[in-house]
Amino acid sequence: MHVKILGPGCKNCHNLEIRTREALDHLGLQADVEKVTDVAAIAGYGVMKTPGLVVDEKLLVSGRVPPAEEITRLLSAASGDRQ
Amino acid sequence: MSVTARPPAPGRTGDTRLWLGLVGAGALWGLLYGLNERLWPVLMGDWLGLDLDGRLGESLTFFLYDTVKIMLLLVGLIFVVGMLRTTLSPERVRDVLTGRGLLVGLVLAALLGSVTPFCSCSSIPLFIGFVAAGVPLSITLTFLIASPLINEVAVVMLGGTFGWGVTAIYVAAGLVLAIVAGWLLSRFDLDRWVEPFVFSTPVAALTAEGGSPTLAARIEAARAETRDIVVKVWTYVLVGVALGAAIHGWVPADFFARYAGSDNPLSVLLATLAGVPLYANAAGVIPLAEALWAKGVALGTVMAFMMSVVALSVPSLVMLRRVLRMPLLTLFTAIITVGIVAVGMLLNLVT
Repeated sequence: MHVKILGPGCKNCHNLEIRTREALDHLGLQADVEKVTDVAAIAGYGVMKTPGLVVDEKLLVSGRVPPAEEITRLLSAASGDRQ
Repeated sequence: MSVTARPPAPGRTGDTRLWLGLVGAGALWGLLYGLNERLWPVLMGDWLGLDLDGRLGESLTFFLYDTVKIMLLLVGLIFVVGMLRTTLSPERVRDVLTGRGLLVGLVLAALLGSVTPFCSCSSIPLFIGFVAAGVPLSITLTFLIASPLINEVAVVMLGGTFGWGVTAIYVAAGLVLAIVAGWLLSRFDLDRWVEPFVFSTPVAALTAEGGSPTLAARIEAARAETRDIVVKVWTYVLVGVALGAAIHGWVPADFFARYAGSDNPLSVLLATLAGVPLYANAAGVIPLAEALWAKGVALGTVMAFMMSVVALSVPSLVMLRRVLRMPLLTLFTAIITVGIVAVGMLLNLVT
């Protein structure tokens, strides 16, 4: 699973990264977590309000930091799709 | 924490409880606000025996009263605006702004910009998202001017310190400034001054978060937003109100009138330039500005100072440089600066 955190480096992007890593640990999922800070690349995903969460090139969240349960649910659904 | 099925969406009974909670919170807010109006003179004067007409007593009472009032207003208004805003995503704003005539587009962009916040770290993706989707540059730039210039923190700080009349003047002046700046920019051929990658960015249609949010989701979003903003600005509010209180107590009335009264046109220009490096302190600058105003600085001068603090900042200009070439960035900055100076001078003429 390939996870990307979109954001030029503000506080919310950092929070989203922390929560995402925690959720991955919690689910026991193996994933590469990559931070995307280039604005052109961020806009390329259609994100106009940071932060954004992309899993396997699919945009799941933008413009907010969802609660931990929601991230866990999204990641678990995304990993289910792969199998 | 379970990962399996989510609990079913809260039905009508859940919503009723949430609404009752909101009404209760509103009532508590009103009670605290009313209490703040009456508490401090009693507490400081009658109980602690401070002389309320003396400098220390007056400044301390003013400080406590003003801090609590501004924090209450901030929390209340940001929460309400935050709830309303959950329906106003950048995607929806973009849809509204696409395919409009110039004037209608400019007016809508200024109005939507003033109710849509974005942290300055989002301004570039937003810019790209708008322009790549076909929103004209002038309309996009009007949006980018209005958004920081008119926002709930500035409105609350102004209303709580200067009063709501001055706030209305500020909002009106800000809207006109954003619209006129956009119109002036539309007279130029701007596309050649935008970094080419902006136009070639593929704009994926956003469908990740369709549907309208539930009441619970709105409350959660509004709470998170209120918490974020209050955490970010409370120290500036304290420092700003404290400096303001000190000026109220110790600086003689009309002290500034000699240097920065309405008959000194240069003061508006200096105030505008002084405001550029001061972005982060917007929440603190307004109580300070109110104290300067109370001691004789002309309203137009104070207004120009606040507008330039909020609208022009070096970090956001540096960020805009990623997408705008120097000629356009210079033109953009110059038009806003001249506009702010014009607003200040005009206000000084009529007040």
